[in-house]
This record gives sequence, C-alpha cells and structure tokens, in this order.
Amino acid sequence: MVKKILKIEQLKTYFYTWAGIVKAVDGVDIDVNEGETLGLVGESGSGKSVTALSIIRIVPSPGKIVEGKILYKGENLVEKKEKTLQNIRGKEIAYIFQDPATSLNPVFSIANQLIEVILRHQKISKKEALEKAIELFRLVEIPDPEIKIWNYPHQLSGGMKQRMAIARALASQPNLLLADEPTTNLDVTIQAQILELMKNLRNKLGMSMILITHDMGVVADIADRITVLYAGRVCETADTKTIFYNPKHPYTQALLTAVPSLVLKTEKLTVIPGSIPNLIEPPSGCRFHPRCEYAQQGCKETIPDLIEIEPGHKVACLRTSEIDLKSPLGGINNN
Amino acid sequence: MQNLVKHFPITSRGIILKKQVGLIHAVDGISFSVNKGETFGLVGESGCGKTTTARSILYLDPPTSGKINFEGNDLVSVFKSRNKAEKLKLRRKIQYVFQNPYASLDPRMTVADIITEPLVIHNLVPKKNCLQRLYELLELVGLEEYHAERYPHEFSGGQRQRICIARALAVEPTLLIADEPVASLDVSVRAQILNLLRELQQKFNTTFLYISHDLSTVRHICHRVAVMYMGRIVEVAKTKNLFDSPLHPYTKALISSIPIPDPMAKKSRIILTGEVPSPINPPVGCRFEARCTYKKDQKCVTNVPKLVDVGNNHFVACEKTKKS
Repeated sequence: MVKKILKIEQLKTYFYTWAGIVKAVDGVDIDVNEGETLGLVGESGSGKSVTALSIIRIVPSPGKIVEGKILYKGENLVEKKEKTLQNIRGKEIAYIFQDPATSLNPVFSIANQLIEVILRHQKISKKEALEKAIELFRLVEIPDPEIKIWNYPHQLSGGMKQRMAIARALASQPNLLLADEPTTNLDVTIQAQILELMKNLRNKLGMSMILITHDMGVVADIADRITVLYAGRVCETADTKTIFYNPKHPYTQALLTAVPSLVLKTEKLTVIPGSIPNLIEPPSGCRFHPRCEYAQQGCKETIPDLIEIEPGHKVACLRTSEIDLKSPLGGINNN
Repeated sequence: MQNLVKHFPITSRGIILKKQVGLIHAVDGISFSVNKGETFGLVGESGCGKTTTARSILYLDPPTSGKINFEGNDLVSVFKSRNKAEKLKLRRKIQYVFQNPYASLDPRMTVADIITEPLVIHNLVPKKNCLQRLYELLELVGLEEYHAERYPHEFSGGQRQRICIARALAVEPTLLIADEPVASLDVSVRAQILNLLRELQQKFNTTFLYISHDLSTVRHICHRVAVMYMGRIVEVAKTKNLFDSPLHPYTKALISSIPIPDPMAKKSRIILTGEVPSPINPPVGCRFEARCTYKKDQKCVTNVPKLVDVGNNHFVACEKTKKS
C-alpha cells in the first residue's frame, strides 16, 4: 500500500471581491503519494495556483478557505494554528513560485536569502549555514557557487534565478515540493535545463512534488500522475499514460487536441469554442457544458461527481460511459 | 511591378541600437526575403532580435544600417524622407499585430473607434460606409455586431487579439507582421486565433511575418522559418525541412528541447549548457560557439559563419555543417 503524503478533500477557496464571490476552487479532491510527482494541469483561472497556495495557507486576501480538508501526513492543515504552520512552510512543504524575478527580494544578496531560510528551520551557526547554502548552489548546478552566492538577484539571468529559487525551496529538504509553473517564464533551452535538473533532484532526494503547469508537454515528461482542473473543479485524475492515451473527460481530450505540438500533424487545430467561464457566476451543472460538444440537458442540471471508473482513474463527467473519446495519440501501446 | 513571384528582399546589415555606454548588438547583419502570400516565421529565444527586426521594418526602431526592400521600395529611405504621403502609403501596406492585446488597445476608445480609426486616417472608405465596413471586419474575425460599442476592458484576451487583427486588416495590408500574437493567450484560445490567422491568409492572400518563440505554433502556421540566435540568422528553410532535418546545432537543440505531450515519446533531448552570452560584448566568430555541442575548432572562434545554401532552399550558417 502506497502511503499518501497529501490528501485534499472537497477544498473550497473563495475570493470575496466587491463584484461578488469568486469561486476559484470549488470542491477539489487531490491526493499525492509518497515520492510521486503529480501534475496539476489547467488553463489560467482554473484554480491550480489557488489550490497550491491553499495547501500552505497563503491565499492572498480577500481569498479564504471556506471548506474542506487538507491532510498532510494525516494532519489537517486547515485547522492548524499559524505558529505550527510556520514550521511546516519551507521545512516540510516548500514552494517554488512562478516568476523567479518577483519571488526574490531585490535588496538582499542571495546568500542572505538562503541563510535566512536555513536558520529559520535548523539550529546551526551562520557559518555552517553559509556552507550549506553553497552546497545547495552546487546541488542546483550553479557554476562558481562561492562567488555567485554574493550576487544580488538582478545580477542573475532568469534561468539562474529559477535555480536559486529551487535551491531556496530545497534548503530544508522538504517532503513535498509545490512548483507553480517553474518554467513558464523561461526560454525553451533553459526550460529543458531546469526540467532536467528538477527530475534529477527529485530522484536524488526522493521527495513528492506537485507540478503546476498548463503545458501538456512538460507534464508528459515529468509527472507520474495528472489531475486536470477546469474552472475550480477536478475533471479527471489518472496516471500520465492513461491521461494521454485514454482520456475520458471531453476537456482533457480537447486540451490534447487544441494545443499545437510537434507530434500532431493535423492541418487545422481542433478548437474549443468560447472561453473560460466567469467564476462569479459559473455555469450550472458541469462547468464545462457550454463549451462541450457532448453536452446534453442533464449536463446543465447535475454536477457530475468524481467517479472512479477503473483503479486510479477518476472522471467527473455524466456521460463517460456513453461517449467514446479518442486520444489524438491513438490507443495505449505498451511498447 | 507585377512579377510572378513578388519578393520582399529584406537585407539589413548591422542594425545596432545605441544605448548609453557601449552598444547592444540586437540585430547584427541579417538577410532574408519573404515571398508574396507566404507565412514566414522568425523564431528564437528572448533577446535574439526577432522583435527588433520586425520593428525596424516599420521604422519603429530605425535601423543603424542596412536595406529593407518592400515591393521595390527602399523602406529605410522612404521613412527617413519627409514625404508624408509616401510614408502613409507604406504604413497602410504593412500592418502590425502586437504581442500583448492588453497593452495595444486604447482603453478609452470603443471597438468601433479602434477599428475605424485606420479607415479614417487612410481615407479608404467614405464616412457613410464606415459602419458597414466595421461590421464586415468584426464578422471576419468572429465577433458580433453588438461588440462594436464596447470598450477593450470588456473583452477577454482572445477577443482583444481578434480586435487587433481586425484593426490591422481594416486597411487591407499586403504584409501583416504578427509579433507573438498568441503568447499571452490561454491554450484553448490559442488554437482559435491560429486557425483564424490561417483562414484570413487563405482568403486575402496576405503575406505574414510571424514572430514567435514557440516552435510548435510556428510549425503549425508557417511555410518557411528562419531561426535567429543573438541577432543573427542561423538557419532558414521550409518548415517541413527545418523540423524533419535541422542542420544547425542550435536549431537541433531548440527543437529537441520542446517538451512533447506524449509520455511514450522517445526522449533524445540535447541539453545546452550555459546561457545566451551578453549582446553588448558578443563573441567574435560564431555566436553559438560557446554552447555548441559540435566539436569546435579555431575557425568557429574567429570566423563569422555565412548563410550557405545546402540545397532545397535550405540555408545554414555553420562552419561544421558545410564540410559534412
């Protein structure tokens, strides 16, 4: 039996804005096994980032976790006191933010920022902390760590900053790493470097990871399992192969066919009509129904439950058994 | 001139932007030509000079030196002159769709104002027909008539980009420069815009200069592609040839580093070491020399590789490729 390191049940995070309540995350179930990488996929506004921020409870105001449980190693983080949480953040669960340029403090040297994290969670002297920081820099493959560590963020390139952000996240050897679009702002050749680095580090340190991205190519490469989010709800969860070769939710399939890629050789891209719904007044029933080509009357009225259709493969669609979806990649071939 | 194939030979040499101390060699001697009716892709990583190239075509960034020919006119000399009528005529023929649809629409103008402004400036349509033309354009890009009275903030990113495209098409340009038109859009909306651009091109036979860092969209939309690295073109070829048999080591690495959305795909990724060197003090010879995966020799360090035809309209700038 694989141990679950994180289990989120019916998480609801709402933002109370003047225009109304934005239901950014509306009943999300996610679980992460020990040592596993979960890919959290969805478009902007699907609630990926808010879910991750909710886990360590740093949802910016006016957002609030309204309902749900976040079980980390069996303990509910939603009910924890702020003091206890501070000892979990950065130590047990670390976060890599999307934009390395804004997640680093421009007025402190990198050494300063790394040492701060290390001293917060470990009882060692400043000198030892510095040695540790340099060690971390070596881990994330930054050349000349002894010199580079005294640089300020503006002296580093985007790729280097992201390496530094990864080093900071790894400072206390977390059990769970939340990586929020770690490569979105980087060029493709640098993205390849960072992804390779993250894969190596994960294997070396054996930690669990939630990788948030909108790029199906990135998750195909690095994730063990994938959860697809749409408008604050989970559409489908399965292992990576199943998601790509045997998708059961129309949105998952649409995501695979609408993205131009080097694999697909179609002339015209399949288009998902319309755009992402307004989350103040989300569509009734299944949230994807206004854009779904398989939608029926029932889809407008009933909210589909996340049902396990085969071991490890959960889908939230009323018509799963009726419709026959084809993956653009063809069926599963086990070679 | 009405030749069978109309060329826009764009030959710019040594476009250098001045900046305080020293020079940023943003674009450093590039030449390419775009044929009428084709989509020409310009790809490269950030800072390689794609946008600068496009902006100098419209004289938004005046080139330091070099020539840009458009339908037989020397663009640089026209834009340098004080001949306003001539300038306006050229500007009508070359239109630009900017990268960020959130920044390129005036928030205080309605969509109707935005799209009809170019019609008024260029005096193309009599005033009473403006409205009709506006509705035509809106329909063309997949918007509704009632959208005309709205302001940009009422639209989503995809819709805004449609407005930008409608504005650019209003004056019936012969060359449309699209600078990363889908980079800031969501994946599901991206496909809509790309398909729209394709349809419009087939309909009007407009020439596109499509600028992007995203190779997968480039492959989808372009006929020919030029790959840029640090202000120079390293490879030009037909899209199919470029993706099936890239020759320059940088192109190879670039193509191999795109994540493939298929967990079973063979992964033979070429990971480049290091990063793009500073354009203020670029390497003397081949600019890619320091990161190149090929075996290097003295020639790479000292000689600037020239774009050489290797057959089949495939051009490469690499000392090593020539020999093999």
